[in-house]
Amino acid sequence: MDDLLTEFLTETVESLENLDVEIVRLEQNPNDPELLGNIFRLVHTIKGTCGFIGLSRLEAVAHAGENVLGNFREGVQEVTPDAVSLIFAALDRIKEIVAELEANETEPDGDDSELIARLDEMYRLGKEGGGPASAPATAPAEATPAAAAPSAPVKAPVGSLYERAGATSTIDAAVELMYAKAAADSEIAPLLDGVDLSRLQGHTVEYVVKAFGGPNDYFNDALKPLFAQLVANGFAGPHFNRLTDCLASALAVLEVDAAAIDEAILVFGAAEGELLSAGPAPVAADADIADDADQQAPDDADEPAAKGEAASASSSKDTSVANQSIRVNVDLLENLMTMVSELVLTRNQLLQMVRKHEDSEFKVPLQRLSHVTTDLQEGVMKTRMQPIGNAWNKLPRIIRDLATELHKKIDLKMIGADTELDRQVLEMIKDPLTHMVRNSGDHGLEGPAERLKAGKPETGTVTLNAYHEGGHIIIEIADDGRGINVGKVKEKALSNGLATQAELDAMSDQQIRQFIFKAGFSTAEKVTNVSGRGVGMDVVRTNIEKIGGQIELRSAEGKGSTFVIKIPLTLAIVSALIVRAGTERFAIPQLSVVELVRVSSVTDHRIEKLNDTPVLRLRDRLLPLVSLSHLLNLGSHDILNSGGSEAREGQSGASSDMPVSGETAGAKGTVRRSEESFIVVSQVGTYTFGIVVDAVYDTEEIVVKPVAPILRDIGVYSGNTILGDGSVIMILDPNGIATATGEITVSNPGDQAKGGVDAARSRDRTALLVFKAGSAEPKAVPLALVARLEEIDVTTIEKSNGQLVVQYRGQLMPLLSVSDDFERRTEGRQPVLVFTDRDRSMGLMVNEILDIVEESLNIEISTDIEGVIGSAVIAGKATEIVDASSYLTRAYKDWFSRTDDGQVHGQTSGRILLVDDSPFFRNLMAPLLRAAGYDVLTAESADDALVMREAGETFDVIVSDIEMPGMNGFELAREIRAEGKWSKTPLVALSSRTSAADLAAGREVGFVDYVAKLDRDALLETLSSTLVKMKGAA
Amino acid sequence: MKKQAGRTEPGVAGNGDAKHEFVTAKIGSQRCGIAVLQVQDVLAPQLITPIPLAPPEVSGSLNLRGRIVTAIDLRVRMGLPRRAEGAHTMSIVVEHNNELYSLIVDDVGEVLKVSDSSFERNPPTLDATWRAYSRGVYRLEEGLLVALDVGTLLTFQSQEEAA
Repeated sequence: MDDLLTEFLTETVESLENLDVEIVRLEQNPNDPELLGNIFRLVHTIKGTCGFIGLSRLEAVAHAGENVLGNFREGVQEVTPDAVSLIFAALDRIKEIVAELEANETEPDGDDSELIARLDEMYRLGKEGGGPASAPATAPAEATPAAAAPSAPVKAPVGSLYERAGATSTIDAAVELMYAKAAADSEIAPLLDGVDLSRLQGHTVEYVVKAFGGPNDYFNDALKPLFAQLVANGFAGPHFNRLTDCLASALAVLEVDAAAIDEAILVFGAAEGELLSAGPAPVAADADIADDADQQAPDDADEPAAKGEAASASSSKDTSVANQSIRVNVDLLENLMTMVSELVLTRNQLLQMVRKHEDSEFKVPLQRLSHVTTDLQEGVMKTRMQPIGNAWNKLPRIIRDLATELHKKIDLKMIGADTELDRQVLEMIKDPLTHMVRNSGDHGLEGPAERLKAGKPETGTVTLNAYHEGGHIIIEIADDGRGINVGKVKEKALSNGLATQAELDAMSDQQIRQFIFKAGFSTAEKVTNVSGRGVGMDVVRTNIEKIGGQIELRSAEGKGSTFVIKIPLTLAIVSALIVRAGTERFAIPQLSVVELVRVSSVTDHRIEKLNDTPVLRLRDRLLPLVSLSHLLNLGSHDILNSGGSEAREGQSGASSDMPVSGETAGAKGTVRRSEESFIVVSQVGTYTFGIVVDAVYDTEEIVVKPVAPILRDIGVYSGNTILGDGSVIMILDPNGIATATGEITVSNPGDQAKGGVDAARSRDRTALLVFKAGSAEPKAVPLALVARLEEIDVTTIEKSNGQLVVQYRGQLMPLLSVSDDFERRTEGRQPVLVFTDRDRSMGLMVNEILDIVEESLNIEISTDIEGVIGSAVIAGKATEIVDASSYLTRAYKDWFSRTDDGQVHGQTSGRILLVDDSPFFRNLMAPLLRAAGYDVLTAESADDALVMREAGETFDVIVSDIEMPGMNGFELAREIRAEGKWSKTPLVALSSRTSAADLAAGREVGFVDYVAKLDRDALLETLSSTLVKMKGAA
Repeated sequence: MKKQAGRTEPGVAGNGDAKHEFVTAKIGSQRCGIAVLQVQDVLAPQLITPIPLAPPEVSGSLNLRGRIVTAIDLRVRMGLPRRAEGAHTMSIVVEHNNELYSLIVDDVGEVLKVSDSSFERNPPTLDATWRAYSRGVYRLEEGLLVALDVGTLLTFQSQEEAA
């Protein structure tokens, strides 16, 4: 493409973007002279440049538009919405033509006469309407260069040539046209070589304005040195005459009346001597350049017409030192960025190598290299930074059009438009942002009538706010409209089949609102031309997540909605976590990593199973897990599927602390039990999940490179890169992983509740409810046993049969005190721990609930006091562990034996060995089993149990814990089955993990059944049926 | 590569004297040739990072002087059985659409100069996979040389139906 045309296009597209913003501002502040000047200048520049390169269609439209703007500027015409719409129409036409130009390099054919006629009509109306009153060619403040310089505007004498020639705007245009014609003239054109036309033009305008008797605030002698240059090129009298002719015809084109033209030619012609006589004046020229440079900086927005044009035009064409900024091709910058990225990588590589050698002579220079590289990287990054306002340019126009179309009143507030972010990121959020602002205006805001009814101001506000936070930029799009109607969202979700009624019922409002991010969801009842075309927020969300961003929604019905977008500042270099799965290494962008959890035998976190689905209990949430090896088909460690026994056997010698077996089995065997594994907790939007990896190495700064085309369809990679050690590594895309492993669903509150109950079942740690009752020292009871915490109004406590009772849920519930020295409250509300079993409840009165803690329960001092199991250190304090079962039997004598009467088929008392390393469970289970009529012996380890075997003890059933230090339950079972007296004794496993896989593993080593810990009923039933079977067999 | 495309187009001009240079390679037992101007590098076996979930012919990716190169196993690509583990391989690095690919072959031979007069179109009975990736065959004294079409070889769209 022709260089000139390319430059024109770049410049024009930029100007047009600015114009959209400026004109909307103008509509709001119709009397802002600076704004008017600015707009006029922009349109004028477009027109001028078009004339220069012979784009007649564009020029005609721009000219007609400029006329109307000229009216605005001179104050003879009011800035009305109609007029503004017309201007916009003209701008749109210009944009169309420019777009065509860009594509085909020629002006498209087309007829603009209708549009031009409308513009001319508007122009004529303005001239006639306001003409005589305000026109007196005073070139109101805003029209004169004096707008910028505070000195009083100089009024041209009425009837002066200046005025009759049409004041600065016309002279400006005429001069421009004159040079355009001159440049087309074959004789003059070569003489213009090397002369800066835009400056020549600008200074000529000043000169002519002064010569015609106009204001001369900005006049200086800058024109002379320019002419001197022309003269040096061979410009002489005849040429000047031709130039004068050009001016004459230019004025004629601009419809200046003939008398004025004649006079103008005379005046201009008279200047010949002065201009051409000036010898070369290099000093003056330099001064001029300096002068221009001074002007450059502030020239951006508020430079008045004539001067501003010259300066701004020169800013793109002038290659002199005067330029403070240059245009650089984006490709070049991208290239530079890539190269710097490579440099950073090489630096990292070097650093890694030198780190290995203690005293390397490379250390110091490398450090310098490192600093320079960092600075360079920052510098290049900066070149790519652009204010986010660039992405907002289109928005005021969109909002205005929206308001007009929907008959709403909308105010768009933009805060933090100068917040900078990477070009690439900017490009990628442009469309989502536009869409969201449209959405806010269309769906979010109500019409004026509705707003008034709701007691809100008629004009709705859409607020954009951008700011930096950490390595991110936060963009908020807020409206004060109707907010998101949860009911409507529900209906829509139902009718679109996105969720069932039951699912919806279980969701919180916040969760329901998230549906608007789902594909195929639009709550707008009408599909307007503006929004509601079915592609909506889901696309927005996808686009934002694609660049590692997140989007959140807050909404209050009736008050408005706020979308919060969080995006990284740059995409080029990211910090990544290097992990291993199987034998391969992968990088996970740190941005999406929330935390790392180590899972091993010695940590508190373990992988559990929910109906074969591995989950991790993390704080009070269940985290869905994705095994990376499994996902990527690297699964070579599937120990469970291939006979767990061998795998377990191999284990026993290796580590003394074995208990993980059961847990990791839950992760479908993808985790090696012999090693610890890690869970990378990642967040994608609102969905948090864990990626199970075998090892975590380091974090490294990496340059994300796109993967080869053949690999683009694999969703789980976002790119690849070369690590410091030179190897290629694939970069995982958590987004893709989440999608690859199933629907991203909002977390189910039901699961969480389950997790809560589960909490007490973990072997190492037990959730304990710490409370105070009676004596000063704290007491504790396993949380899992407590059904509810209640506060009971003391006035409702009654006495019946010597027992305190309260009516609780339609039944009488006995209330017990922990000890005799306990004093219950006499007024207010009495805190009560409620223990429930099927239809019966018992309340234990306490003074105060202190805390809920998760502690490994280690009962240090046992005691014989009834109702107390012993003492343990909990949260750093000696605490009495309350034996809930003793209170249960106190409240209901038959609490434990009841099951035997009622449910178990036939009483089968027998002798039981209970093997459990936890004194707590031994102390809890033993009385329970005894109460059920069994004869119970306990052993605190597998070895203990085997000692009993050697001692010749016999049992009807052996109940064993699985996770125990030293020999675990599986090994014990194998040992028992292998030889000795007990080889035929039924074995029942007691464990917190009772999945099918666990069961299978248990069966294999000889357990007849597998019972969840604390599931008293299941245990009793298992025991009785086992005993019945055994007796039957015998 | 683009500018050379015309020159490496064998058998089109019909100019019987035109000579073409090919880097010869063995895929299975078949001798194939890749236009020498398209070849960037010939590599001994490299450390290749496997890419899980990638199509079967993608062996992985490797670092060639700071650029990431996708390694394609031509045996798999051409529908031949995989070679035994640990078997000797060589790679020919070519550029296609600004991406580098390392084509893994069983062996790389000499650079041969062949003339258009010995060129012949693919016999219609040739296996469809081979027909798609071969521009034609050169009749040479020491045997036939299949002129591979790097363009189609590295265009993976057709892969979808194959997989």
